[in-house]
Amino acid sequence: MTDKHFIDIRNAAKSFGSLEVLHDISLTVDKGQIVAIIGPSGSGKSTLLRAINDLDPLTSGEVWLEDMQINKDLPHGQYEKHINNVRQQIGMVFQHFNLFPHLTVRENITLAPKMLKGISDGDANKLAEEQLAKVGMLERIDFYPSQLSGGQKQRVAIARALAMKPKVMLFDEATSALDPELVEEVNLVMKQLAQEHMTMIIVTHEMGFAADVCDRVLFMDEGYVVEEGPPEVLFRNPTEERTKNFLRKHLEGNAG
Amino acid sequence: MGLDFSVVPSYLDNLFFGALWTIGITLGAAAISFFGGIGLAVIALYAPALIRWPFRVFAFMFMGTPLLLQLFLIYFGLIQIGIDLPAFVAGVIGLGLHYAVYNSDIIQAGILAVDKGQYEGSRTLGLSQGQTIRKIVVPQAVRTVIPPIGNNLIALLKDSALVSVIGVAELTLTSQLAISKTFRPFEFYVAAAGFYYVINLGLEAGLRHIERRIQIAR
Repeated sequence: MTDKHFIDIRNAAKSFGSLEVLHDISLTVDKGQIVAIIGPSGSGKSTLLRAINDLDPLTSGEVWLEDMQINKDLPHGQYEKHINNVRQQIGMVFQHFNLFPHLTVRENITLAPKMLKGISDGDANKLAEEQLAKVGMLERIDFYPSQLSGGQKQRVAIARALAMKPKVMLFDEATSALDPELVEEVNLVMKQLAQEHMTMIIVTHEMGFAADVCDRVLFMDEGYVVEEGPPEVLFRNPTEERTKNFLRKHLEGNAG
Repeated sequence: MGLDFSVVPSYLDNLFFGALWTIGITLGAAAISFFGGIGLAVIALYAPALIRWPFRVFAFMFMGTPLLLQLFLIYFGLIQIGIDLPAFVAGVIGLGLHYAVYNSDIIQAGILAVDKGQYEGSRTLGLSQGQTIRKIVVPQAVRTVIPPIGNNLIALLKDSALVSVIGVAELTLTSQLAISKTFRPFEFYVAAAGFYYVINLGLEAGLRHIERRIQIAR
């Protein structure tokens, strides 16, 4: 390989039957970069994000993390082993948090490190406390998810992903399900990660946040990357008509 | 001939021991029906067809034939092929497997009701499918279906009386033995019913306690 990218998506395509949801998308992300993917719903942005850890496998194309191909064609048993190993290195945060309701906050965080990395109870507890302190949730360590607000749940979900010490974090509309007044606390945690140079790919509807935090913004529509560039260019001087339309509609929506 | 409950107290010890056997059968069969139910549900939903089908036939047989017949088959029938089980063990296994099949249906519904995001959240952390089923999906499914499983448990307690026919001296058989000595069926059947009722109250209290405890963790 010549120039090495941290994440390298090559000619990604995906279709459900005759419906093509991703058309030949290539995207590279360097270590420490923060990339936002914006676009109308149904544009394929979540599908692209979920292809990175092979949650939604591509129909064709390749996804690489450093020098390892993620979406390898392997016999079932080998693939399982491979993908479980890959996913330990890729943190993912979902719109609906997906915390485990039958486990406490502490257990949500320590489950995977204990099972997959075989760390002791003591070390796992320390890890949980560290990560929760980071997202400002330490005092809720023995609560159950049902006892937390949406914003608190999402901060715990971020701490849970971070506890696996991932190389990259994927955010799939992490604040879309939150009440407006709870969005900021989650954004703050994500900004803090940005300052620590965590590599992040963020699918979002929040243009302000994307403009503040991201190095690059991709605008997707109907399975294509229509336009990409630094936020100051893409948001202020988009070249494509579709981008302009989307941003105008979005700003109107927010103003109302 | 009027009723005379004064004969009952001298047999209370026997009835009490009979009740202990009933509790023992119920708890043993309940454990088999619960864990067996989980096992059957996981096989039905996740195992390859080659494994799934024999279990489906097995489940169909247990659901489609009388429990009484199953007990006879396990206790009297298996001896012919060299499996000689003590009556208590045969009763516990028969009753347990019978209710495992019913619990399996309920638990399958519980598993299917677990949000897909739970599975994704777990797989994304790097847990395998097996680990995810064991640690995330099944525990949540079971919490959802505790009430119907509890109903089955109460039905199981009552059906434990059937085990008397293969000679386990549980509550029903004990009261029949007392009747054969005193010729007082009404008094002893009522006494036995009282014991069943008290055991059932205990079971229900236990179930309510469990339901309360898991309320928050759902």
